[in-house]
Amino acid sequence: MRFEGTRNFVATEDLKVAVNAAVALERPLLIKGEPGTGKTVLAQEIAEALGRKLIAWHIKSTTKAQQGLYEYDAVARLRDSQLGDARVHDISNYIIKGKLWEAFEADTAPVLLIDEIDKADIEFPNDLLLELDRMEFHVYETRQTIRAKQRPIILITSNNEKELPDAFLRRCFFHYIKFPDRETMQRIVDVHYPGISHLLVHEALTSFFTLRDLPGLKKRPSTSEFLDWLKLLLAEEIGPEILRETNAAKLIPPLHGALLKTEQDVHLFERVAFLARRG
Amino acid sequence: MFLGFFLALRQAGVKASLREFLTLQQAMQAGLAGFDVEQFYFLARATLIKDERQLDRFDQVFAAHFKGLHPPATPTPEGVSPQYLPEEWLRLLAEKLLTDEEKAEIEALGGFEKLMETLRQRLAEQQERHQGGSKWIGTAGTSPFGANGYNPEGVRIGQEKSRHRRAVKLWDQREFKNLAGDAELGTRNLQIALRRLRRFAREGAAAQLDLPGTIGATARNAGYLDLHLVPERHNAVKLLLLLDIGGSMDDHITLCEQLFTAVRSEFKHLKHLYFHNCPYERLFTDARMRPQDAIPTHDVLHTYDRNWRLVIVGDAAMSPYELISPGGAVSYWNEESGQTWLSRILTAFPKAVWLNPVPERHWGYSQTTRLIGEHMSGRMFPLTLEGLDNATRALAR
Repeated sequence: MRFEGTRNFVATEDLKVAVNAAVALERPLLIKGEPGTGKTVLAQEIAEALGRKLIAWHIKSTTKAQQGLYEYDAVARLRDSQLGDARVHDISNYIIKGKLWEAFEADTAPVLLIDEIDKADIEFPNDLLLELDRMEFHVYETRQTIRAKQRPIILITSNNEKELPDAFLRRCFFHYIKFPDRETMQRIVDVHYPGISHLLVHEALTSFFTLRDLPGLKKRPSTSEFLDWLKLLLAEEIGPEILRETNAAKLIPPLHGALLKTEQDVHLFERVAFLARRG
Repeated sequence: MFLGFFLALRQAGVKASLREFLTLQQAMQAGLAGFDVEQFYFLARATLIKDERQLDRFDQVFAAHFKGLHPPATPTPEGVSPQYLPEEWLRLLAEKLLTDEEKAEIEALGGFEKLMETLRQRLAEQQERHQGGSKWIGTAGTSPFGANGYNPEGVRIGQEKSRHRRAVKLWDQREFKNLAGDAELGTRNLQIALRRLRRFAREGAAAQLDLPGTIGATARNAGYLDLHLVPERHNAVKLLLLLDIGGSMDDHITLCEQLFTAVRSEFKHLKHLYFHNCPYERLFTDARMRPQDAIPTHDVLHTYDRNWRLVIVGDAAMSPYELISPGGAVSYWNEESGQTWLSRILTAFPKAVWLNPVPERHWGYSQTTRLIGEHMSGRMFPLTLEGLDNATRALAR
């Protein structure tokens, strides 16, 4: 069982090694990288490639580690007791399973995605240390211990908003998705838009990488934005000639709204372009 | 296996732990590296490195260890002498470089053990003949493998093959160079220390169960449930940060950056302004302190109310004139003395501390540091974890 990328996802060699190591040794894999380089998509693709179920746990600033294990709905129980519901005598009726529990319980090890772990409170990763390490936890209310039937494949993504604790990092494999070079980008485009005109892709890539290399950009456009832009170009039937003209004249490319997301960046580009034309 | 490499990494300041090293061993045992240098490089990287800022350092150590290059910045004592080359590595190389016929031939000669023996002997000879023995791999002609009639490029394994066009060179490219940088190291510690400053307040929509309220109301309701909800708690602390920039502060810039990173991610209500040496009638919104970035200090005092907590970061070391006499500022003419402005600021923000990046034992030598310390009524703290801890205590009071 090896991950080799899928029809829709171009995996570089180093990514494959990291994923396969995490799968074989049953350790979590921590993925970092610029936004829009396919961190979240990776989990879906791994699940698809290995034929596993994907369980996604999206972390928000208010998410608590306990919510991933289980929650005890005391309020519902109290209400039921007031109404004389028979369910009230069994406390397990009010234990709501979390994503981790769901993943531990599955018969074939699923892929568990813990998305954007850095969004949560700074103590969040520490609260999950034991659970991720031993893949078991104790339910206090029902006095039962939940053990993973099969250790799930755990993928954790982070956008670097907070530093993760060392103890947590030591338990993971780590992969940093670096921004794809031109060659990889070409492969990614081929995967997403088979049969697209090579001339158009060539010109679009040139515009895109010139734009990305512009020093001082507030937000550099990412892979996903490039793909969106390409889709727009196709929809608007903008040909390679137009792109080539704008590239040659160092003008801002058409439909730049898909690439540059702040007005400062647009201004910056226009100013640089103006200077380049004059000089 | 690869213990030398692990130690070299540790020496270069990569924070790989024993646990991670054992994981790597486990992965090797599971055959994940598949007798391929490139795969091994990726595997070791994914196992030992957990921070993209250390990737570049990893690449350097890897290159140095497996190619014998001396690292540019942090030199390892002796490079790597061939004798330390692990047997597994040799085996791997041989496996890679030999064709099937050759392998059969070796079997006939006495198997791999014999081959290893020969290789080791060659390596030893090499060391004797060649003084700077650390560069033995990759130097065409002197490589033992070259001498043996394998690849003249030595350990530059299979470079002519298209599948490995980028092999070996990969870590020499040092692609992660601009990710390196120690700016954010230790931010987490600072953040933990800053947590004490959290003041939770309930604002916004009522979305959380108020347990004591519910119990009370239910009891009053003769046991029938009466749910009460309250808004969720948020960190409501507002922080005004004044940063001394330039001049003597240049020595402490890394520390200040760390502090700033930690503060910025911890507090939603944060305003930071810059000054040089001592705050006067103007503060600056940009570290370059151009005139167009200036805002009058009076405006700041009026804009932010007393509930804002003030943190001044500066070394407090300046010429006494800059603090006590009008017109003493280094960059322009100030009508009123720094002292006057400082006490004005402190009156506007009673909850204030001064963080000083200079070690505490040096404070006594600077007159202005003592003076400002008095102005702050003792609330000057060194910019260390402990100092920050005490500072947050003082601010929380």
